[in-house]
Amino acid sequence: MNRLSPFNVVSLTLGFAFLYLPMIILVIYSFNASKLVTVWAGFSTQWYGELLRNEAFLDAALVTLKVAVLTSTLATVLGTCTAYVLVRIHRFPGRTLFSGMAFAPLVMPDVILGLSLLLLFIGVGVDRGVLTIVLAHTTFAMCYVSVVVSSRLVAFDQSLEEAALDLGATPWETFRLVTLPIIAPAVISGWLLAFTLSLDDLVIASFTAGPSSTTLPMKIFSAVRLGVSPEINALSTIMISIVTVGVIAASLLSKRAAVQRVREEKAAERA
Amino acid sequence: MPQKIFAPWDDPQEKPLIRFQNVTKRFGDFTAIDSIDLDIYAREFFALLGPSGCGKTTLMRMLAGFETPSSGTILLAGQDIAPVAPNQRAVNMMFQSYALFPHLSVWDNIAFGLRREKRPKDQVAARVEEMLKLTRLTKFARRKPHQISGGQRQRVALARSLAKAPKLLLLDEPLGALDKKLREETQFELMDIQEKTGTTFVIVTHDQEEAMTVASRVAVMDEGKLMQIATPDRIYEAPNSVYVADFIGDVNIIEGKAHQVGELVQLDWAEGQPALAARTDKNLGLAQTCYLAIRPEKVSISADRPGGANALQGEIIDIAYLGNLSTYHVKLPTGHVIKAQQANTRRISRRPFTWEDKVWVSWTETAAVVLDQ
Repeated sequence: MNRLSPFNVVSLTLGFAFLYLPMIILVIYSFNASKLVTVWAGFSTQWYGELLRNEAFLDAALVTLKVAVLTSTLATVLGTCTAYVLVRIHRFPGRTLFSGMAFAPLVMPDVILGLSLLLLFIGVGVDRGVLTIVLAHTTFAMCYVSVVVSSRLVAFDQSLEEAALDLGATPWETFRLVTLPIIAPAVISGWLLAFTLSLDDLVIASFTAGPSSTTLPMKIFSAVRLGVSPEINALSTIMISIVTVGVIAASLLSKRAAVQRVREEKAAERA
Repeated sequence: MPQKIFAPWDDPQEKPLIRFQNVTKRFGDFTAIDSIDLDIYAREFFALLGPSGCGKTTLMRMLAGFETPSSGTILLAGQDIAPVAPNQRAVNMMFQSYALFPHLSVWDNIAFGLRREKRPKDQVAARVEEMLKLTRLTKFARRKPHQISGGQRQRVALARSLAKAPKLLLLDEPLGALDKKLREETQFELMDIQEKTGTTFVIVTHDQEEAMTVASRVAVMDEGKLMQIATPDRIYEAPNSVYVADFIGDVNIIEGKAHQVGELVQLDWAEGQPALAARTDKNLGLAQTCYLAIRPEKVSISADRPGGANALQGEIIDIAYLGNLSTYHVKLPTGHVIKAQQANTRRISRRPFTWEDKVWVSWTETAAVVLDQ
């Protein structure tokens, strides 16, 4: 089954069309000269210019970025701690309960999570704003981080940590100098995952945002309700290209590192 | 002037560096170490030898501090080490997987322990260079562990564990990942480094040849118990049990009932066969069940009946040709198979015996060891 038969070509085309056709249409229309989204009136980049002059969108973008950076950092710290405890400490009272609870928000509907957090914030009396969104996003993003990090920790050779202890490192030094650098790729992908999750969340942010802290997804959603403007197409295109460039760069880098490593290992064995 | 032989274990004045006192280790219901008493002396190269699962690694991990005894005490230089954390022990370990830090260069791997002591930079550098020279790794100092060969990685692991000049170095199957040729070379290198540095080495291995080659004394373990602790030649020539005799090298074991007159034991081993003679300093009960252990290289093989005590006739059923040696499997009429080994001093075409030849196997009274367990 190595050859591309006509059947394979057709199913491949259909699959990719299903996935990417909407996005391609969106990108194309972002360069539409007409204000009407569905009517093509020639190529133009005017909407990108308008976008840069739209204060409301820029503010929302700034809030989103702030929330995403804070969320992913906080979620990475907490998620890594959770993963470390769950993988390394095999027996402690309530371990099963703890591991179940750590991953529950993965399957919890966003609406319920958002509502319960809203009730909590009102009950405690916290003013809603950037801080509450960050706390809410961290709640679900840290589960994803801990899943990613624990898969790396499981494959980690524990004798490395024993060797560090044996050579006189304290447990904290062992974590900082040995464990963390080795699991760093997983920690970084955890951070990126949390960043994207926070970036595109609409439901939880809507529940926990205050009047001065509208995120970009919230802004887009409310703008779309008044009709899709080509500006939003332009904005979405920018977001798609940022994500695409990021993903391609990351995969190219890791592939190059892997190829380099294999070459060096072979050279070492020959020598 | 006779040279002083290194044998602190025979000197009652000598204080052991490590003393296990009635140490037991249980994991749940499983007893990994069963009330062990053991003394290891300074500057010794001590080997713990046994099949996998016999508890030798647990014993070593207790010395490193990764396991604590369920009962009993371990003394290092007279001090109980149970309350001392692994990162505060003057003990270093070389791991079976080497456990080299993959993100650090060879240089930084070796410097890792020294930096934890907060030594001045120039002292760290001097010590690392010294270790690199000792293990012939100077050229590779800037490489990462994945950029060097398996043998070099093994030497980095050794250099790293020796850098802090520990009182005691633990080696967990240090040569297990190397191929046979490299392993043999490295064994001599290890002995050389042990002698140069004067460090006490405790090595865990399941390879009996390795233990015999490197160690000043060998402890044979089985199911959490120490079966015998002795120098390699004593272990081989005077095993104290069938288990040890069988575990170390090749051996013929013949079971029978003993009749002792002074030092001479006559063993009735089969109906209608003349008794086998052996010398022992043991005192055996009348008709006590005991075993003769005879090493194959101490069994002669000949076409005609030799003079002397123990001669048995049989038929060659198998020949294992090892190049320098040949092992003949001779089947006796009683069903016993006796292994006899001969050096191949002649070329193969002129070998005197072949399959299905009727031959005599024989050994002297002192060749066999009498064992009562």
